[in-house]
Order: sequence, then structure tokens, then C-alpha cells
Amino acid sequence: MSQDSSPAGGLGVALLGSELRVLFRRTRTIAMLGALAAIPILLAVAVRITTGGDSGRGPAFLGDITQNGLFVSLTSLVVAIPLFLPLTVGVVAGDTIAGEAGLGTLRYLLVAPAGRIRLLVVKYIGAAAFCLAGTLVIVIFGAIIGALLFPVGPVTLLSGQTVGVADYAGRMLMMALYVTISLLGLSAIGLFISTLTSVPVGAMAATIVLSTAAQILGQLPQLAFLQPWLFTTYWLGFADFLRSPVSFDNFQSNGLLQLGYVVVFGFLAYGRFATKDILS
Amino acid sequence: MPSGSVFGFLGPNGSGKTSTIRMLLGLTRASSGEIRMLGRTMPTSLAQVLPRVGALVEGPAFYPFLSGRANLLRLDTADRAAPGRTREARVDAALERVGLTHAASKKAHAYSLGMKQRLGIAGALLMPRDLLILDEPSNGLDPQGTREVRSLIGSLAGEGATIFVSSHLLSEIEQMCTHVAVMSAGRLMTQGPLDELRRQGVQRARVDTLDVDDAVRVLAGLGLDPAVSGSVVTAELPSDALPPEQLNQRLVEQGVRVRGFSVSGASLEDRFVDLTGEGFDVAG
Repeated sequence: MSQDSSPAGGLGVALLGSELRVLFRRTRTIAMLGALAAIPILLAVAVRITTGGDSGRGPAFLGDITQNGLFVSLTSLVVAIPLFLPLTVGVVAGDTIAGEAGLGTLRYLLVAPAGRIRLLVVKYIGAAAFCLAGTLVIVIFGAIIGALLFPVGPVTLLSGQTVGVADYAGRMLMMALYVTISLLGLSAIGLFISTLTSVPVGAMAATIVLSTAAQILGQLPQLAFLQPWLFTTYWLGFADFLRSPVSFDNFQSNGLLQLGYVVVFGFLAYGRFATKDILS
Repeated sequence: MPSGSVFGFLGPNGSGKTSTIRMLLGLTRASSGEIRMLGRTMPTSLAQVLPRVGALVEGPAFYPFLSGRANLLRLDTADRAAPGRTREARVDAALERVGLTHAASKKAHAYSLGMKQRLGIAGALLMPRDLLILDEPSNGLDPQGTREVRSLIGSLAGEGATIFVSSHLLSEIEQMCTHVAVMSAGRLMTQGPLDELRRQGVQRARVDTLDVDDAVRVLAGLGLDPAVSGSVVTAELPSDALPPEQLNQRLVEQGVRVRGFSVSGASLEDRFVDLTGEGFDVAG
């Protein structure tokens, strides 16, 4: 707590504030958010300048964009989830501890003393904040560019009803929340891997490889028994928000699954980091 | 370590100085034994002890993409005991203290080695500390920088802080410290006040005289083993030899015209080598 002067006090709010400032002011983070913002922009511009209309190929909802600009955000999320979002989240989550160790600042944070558990929690919250920021950037830039380039109007849901713009915006925010939660398990894995090394690039690469591997495993019918346990299983399950009434089945299953990953890898990271000898 | 002292922690490279400091600060665990710091057992009391300790360990480390000032602000938020209200003022005071105010807004990657070293020391001074642990504080500094660090350490000690300085540079330790400990190959060879360590070495009498031969005769007659170079006769003084003042008296009584007479301890360097061994393979 920034206003607390008692020696024992302070939950780490000041450290969390500092972590978020350092993370979001860093050129690398801004560049990654910029790249995520470019997805809906490129997509919308490409659709706008090719007048050929719907060829029936490409990601879901792509052809709908010309009728209603509100679909840009949705299509961009579908495009970003398998690769771009895990890529950027992998960079941030893999960098959490290993990045500090690589710079040598980890020993100074611990001597300050930041407290090892507090530092892990702060780092994880920072990574989670990036998941939310990345998702929101896609949704918001998608909405803006969609409104600029295409007509905007009431949206017909998958279940057939038509809802107004305000109702649809609420559904998009729910989807953003869903996607953010989907990425929390991957962030926890990245945090754990990050405690294993002082080479941040290694931790980032390992995290990204795992997210790709999990998606590939999820597509092999022979490994169907494994699929309920993969953290990627529900990644594209947000179409539920385009039905009325909204079904929360996927939301619940996804939340539970991600929570499981956060608990397991959170404890692994704690177990590793609490007793780790800091030599770098 | 007596409080208020400047304690030199001396040892050749690889003798275990940094490992000891890492264990003191709770960065690594000791495989056996007990560590006490500021009267508390470590690492169980880390959270209580560390806020009272400022440290520079294994060289300074910063976020290269942040300014010097932003680096210190960031470091200060990590200390739960550090009040947020005074954070900016304390950071500015620490920068002022190490003479980096003019470079405070420069990115840390643009700092020279000496500036980084000073910024690292500023990081240790963000809060009033009871104990400062400075690992090789003058590493990479030019002679002026070394002097500045030395005077900074002197003024901090004057304010009542206890300072623990590790170095492999003997001359540094000799100029700054009141107490000293010598490590070699992971073992503590000796510790105590600097003067005491100096005295432990063999003393040597030095006689400057016109009557070299007579002086040699007298000293040899007293069971010493004099050596001559020009007009100077030197002899080691074993602990059972005559006290220097009587030695001088004998020389004069025997008609030796003494121009100068002095007794000096072995240089600290000799003592250091006695304790840690010769050559590059000291750590075995």
C-alpha cells in the first residue's frame, strides 16, 4: 500500500502498480498490443477493398462483415486465438521471473525485500492483465474499424433472434472476458516455466510451443480422451454468447478448467521459486 | 561484526565472498550451519531483517529500458516497509547522494559502468539502513570514482551505519576499513580489527646508519638476522626479540651512528598472502 508506512504493512499494491507501469510502458508490450490491434484493421481493410464478396472460405463470420461492421471484432478474435494471442501471452508470461533473473534485477527485488510469494502473485496478475488488455485491444479496435468501414446495425444471433447494438456490445464484452479467462491457464504455465530458467527467451518459446502442441493434440481423434483436460479445449467456445438465451455451460467448464491449471501450475511455480537459489 | 564499523571482507576471487553474501541475504540457502544477521536467525527472519539492510550484490542490475530514476522508484516499491508518500523524495535524495541527479532521467542502458555502480549504491541507500552490504563497490570505477565511493562509505559510517564491504583489492580495504575478515577457499581465515591483523605479521626493524658493519655486528649479536642494502640495515623482529626502543639504545651504546630507526609491521599484503597462499591456484 503506497500510503502505508508501518514496517510490516503493505500487500504489494505499490509493487503491483509498478509492475503494471513497467509492463505496459515497455516498448515490447506496446508493440505486441499494436500487432494485436493490427489484426482487425488488416482484416477489415482487406474485406473492404476486395469487392468479390463471400467466397465461402476463410475464418468464420468473415463474409458477414460486409453486412455488419460489428462482426469485425468477432472474426478477429477467431483469427487471433489460435496463434497471435498465445504468442503474445507466452512472451509476457515467460518473461515474468526469467526476465528479472536475466537482467539481474530479481536479486535486488528479493533483497528489497519483495517477498517471493508476493513477487510471484504480482507477476501473475501482471500477465493476467496483459491477457485482458490484449483481448480488449482486438475487440475495441475491431469495433472502431468495423464502424468506420461498414454499416452497423442490429445483429442476427446464431439462434435466430435479432438484438440491438447495445445488447450485442454487452455480449462482445462477455466474449472478451471469456477469452481472457481462457488464457489464464496458459499464463500460469508460462509463470511456472519462467521460474525454471534465467533465460527469458527459453521460457517464452516453451510456453508458446506448449500452447500450439495442446491445440494439435486437441485435434487428433485418437486422443479424444485427453481433450477435456487440455487448456485449449474451450478456447473457441465463445459462440454461446451469440445465442439467446446465453448458455453458460462452456463458460463454467472453461472457468473450472482454467482454475485447475492456475492452481496446479501456481503451486508448482511456488514450490520451485520459494526455495530456489538465486544465482543470477 | 561490531556495529558502526566498516568491515572489510577480503579474499581472492572464488574464495566464497559472494556466496557468503548471497546466503546472508537469503538468496541461497546454506547447506549447513546457522546464519545470524542483526541479531536474528536467517533466513527465518528475512522479512524483518532485510528492510534494515541495503545491498549491492554481484554488481548493479537494472531495467535497461527505464531511466535511472524510474529504476530506483521501481526498486523502492518492492520494499514493503518503504512509505509511498516519501518515495519520490527519497529517490531524489539517493540520486543526489551518489551524484547522479543530472543523469536521473537518462535510460539506464546509456549509463557508464561507473554510473551504474553508483546507481546501484543509490539503490541501497533508498531507506535509512542499519547495515549496508556492498559487494565489490568500486568495481569498474575510475580512480576518481573509487575515491568518491570511499568517501561516501566514510560518510555513511560516520552517520552510524555498519558497512560490510567485500573486495579482492587489498589497498581498498586497507584505506576504508576498521575491521577485516579474510576468506580463502570457502573458509574464514581470520577476522578482527585491521590494526590487529597488521600486528599479527612479522615486524621488521629498519636502521639507517653510517656504520653499517657495526650495526650488523650488534644486531647479529642480539640473535637477529640483519640484511644490508646501501646504508640501510633491516632485520626481522621475532616476538621474543628485544623491544625496539632497547634495540635502538644498544646500537647507540655500541657507537653506531644511527640516522634513522623505524619498526614497521609486515605489509597487509604479506599478511594476506600468508593467509591465502601464493599464486593463481590458491582456491585449489
